[in-house]
Amino acid sequence: MQDIKGKLRAFIIDNFILSGQFAEFQDGESFMDRHILDSTGFLELITFLEEHFGIEVADEEMVPENLDSMNGLEAYVLRKRAA
Amino acid sequence: MNEPRAPAVWVSAAPPGEQVCTLTLLHHFLDATAERLPDKVALVCAGKRYRYAELKRSVDALAATLCRGGVRRGDRVAIFLENGVEAVVSIYAAMRAGAVFMPINPLTKGEKLAYLLNDSRAAALVTHSLLREVWEPALALNRRVQTCLVAGTDAAFPDARCTPYCAALDTSAESLEEQLIDQDLAALIYTSGSTGEPKGVMLTHLNMVSAVRSVSTYLGLAESDVILCGLPLAFDYGLYQVLMAFAMGGTIVLERSFSFPVKILEAMARERVTVFPGVPTMFSLLMDIRTLSNYDLGSLRMITNTAAALPEQHIHDLRVLFPQARLFSMYGLTECKRVSYLPPEQLDIRPTSVGRGMPNEELWLVDEAGNRLPNGSTGELVIRGSHVMRGYWEKPEETAARLRPGPFSGEKVLYSGDLFRTDEEGFLYFVARKDDIIKSRGEKVSPREVENALYSLGGVREAAVVGVPDPVLGDAIKAFVVLRAGYHYSEREVIKHCLARLENFMAPKYVAFVDALPKTDTGKIKKTGLG
Repeated sequence: MQDIKGKLRAFIIDNFILSGQFAEFQDGESFMDRHILDSTGFLELITFLEEHFGIEVADEEMVPENLDSMNGLEAYVLRKRAA
Repeated sequence: MNEPRAPAVWVSAAPPGEQVCTLTLLHHFLDATAERLPDKVALVCAGKRYRYAELKRSVDALAATLCRGGVRRGDRVAIFLENGVEAVVSIYAAMRAGAVFMPINPLTKGEKLAYLLNDSRAAALVTHSLLREVWEPALALNRRVQTCLVAGTDAAFPDARCTPYCAALDTSAESLEEQLIDQDLAALIYTSGSTGEPKGVMLTHLNMVSAVRSVSTYLGLAESDVILCGLPLAFDYGLYQVLMAFAMGGTIVLERSFSFPVKILEAMARERVTVFPGVPTMFSLLMDIRTLSNYDLGSLRMITNTAAALPEQHIHDLRVLFPQARLFSMYGLTECKRVSYLPPEQLDIRPTSVGRGMPNEELWLVDEAGNRLPNGSTGELVIRGSHVMRGYWEKPEETAARLRPGPFSGEKVLYSGDLFRTDEEGFLYFVARKDDIIKSRGEKVSPREVENALYSLGGVREAAVVGVPDPVLGDAIKAFVVLRAGYHYSEREVIKHCLARLENFMAPKYVAFVDALPKTDTGKIKKTGLG
């Protein structure tokens, strides 16, 4: 569990978090609301999910419920792995 | 094809005793529609539905609050919001208060926001608590803004000028005396330029009403139309979807972003959307969805494109996917909103043309000396019409460069800064921009603005920004950087530095570190050949 969130947080901080502003984000916060990820960013996130967690993200799964927060992402990855 | 034809509702539903006259002010269209169709759904947004009468009530209440907050006739009201009901209400409320609405892209970062507020000497700011990291520092540097309405919270802010937006709607709206005429400014829309400093395009009520009339006429928009708008309201293409829908009595389905194309498709199916305005990047994202055919989009009757050229393959694919929809390929610029559209039946004959103009407008091409050119030539496109801007806010030189004497004494015409060629029948084909502005995702990107951001990185000695072709973006932004001795940055670090200062569509996609940049004889950086 830690592993998934830890990896995701590191990826997002490394690629999208800018120094100073937006330095902290809570697990439940929306990436869209905080302007952390935009449409291009979400596509990069999907690539990361597929490459690092070995899942295939279906078109209909590209929704905010699955991708727009740390909590959503973790739950989504767990569901996909369990399936 | 049987299409609903727009009733010519250009007459105000004026109070008894007043002469019925043709509507002249932009916000009167909302008033007239609200009187005619009070219970019709005007706006669908974030799962909520807003009817015309309630929107008008909110507009009137917010306008009264702005006036009580010191907003006077002609004052600028900055609107720094995501697409949402607050943005829509604020746009009309500013006009209702006799002021000038100034929509600012919510992706704008602090330094630029401070510049815009100062340059315009805005008297009021309407914004959101989620954006406070950007506007709070900018507001602290600004003494001109007298009132700041913050949506998304009812908490207090340290700055006494800030009050909750929701409280603003709660007030009674005393009738506001209207003093505006169509020569008064309705909007100030900033646009990027080659110099790196955005310029405010001044648009009068006449400019905007003219544009609403011309565009809605050639599109054949009707009261029964449901328009899905995923374009920023800070961009005139997005803004006019609302302005035209409210003028016709249609419905707007307003989306905040295109980050989740599947959600857009769901909304289009659920709301039985009839009109979809897009830019090529959006069409690419939608057509990439493998399950596209699962969505019932049979209600779609019209698709429009502007801001960037629609590749021929896109045109073909869209027509195959949506055979029942008319596809409009269009061209325009903020300085006059729209210039030309290609009648859909011409797509089979000349798919790469953007048409021969639009109603109530005159166009021609000129050579370097300003001489009018015959059909079959290539030259700069010049536009004449009542939709042409008043000028750039407090920039007389830049204004004089674009608004020049026309063929008739005392008249100014708009030099587009774009090169076109015409065929024998006068149909226009875009050739190139005269300036070095890059179009990425349909958005204007000033290389100079990006270079300025790069130069603010301590280790950058020289920078040159160019556009490189990209199948999805149109053009991608590429930065060539020469570093000072002893400095090292990763590509990602440089991009993130830009993201902190610029709107995301302006940040480079690629950064190339080079030892030196090619120079001209006079020592200026030479960009030709960089790519």
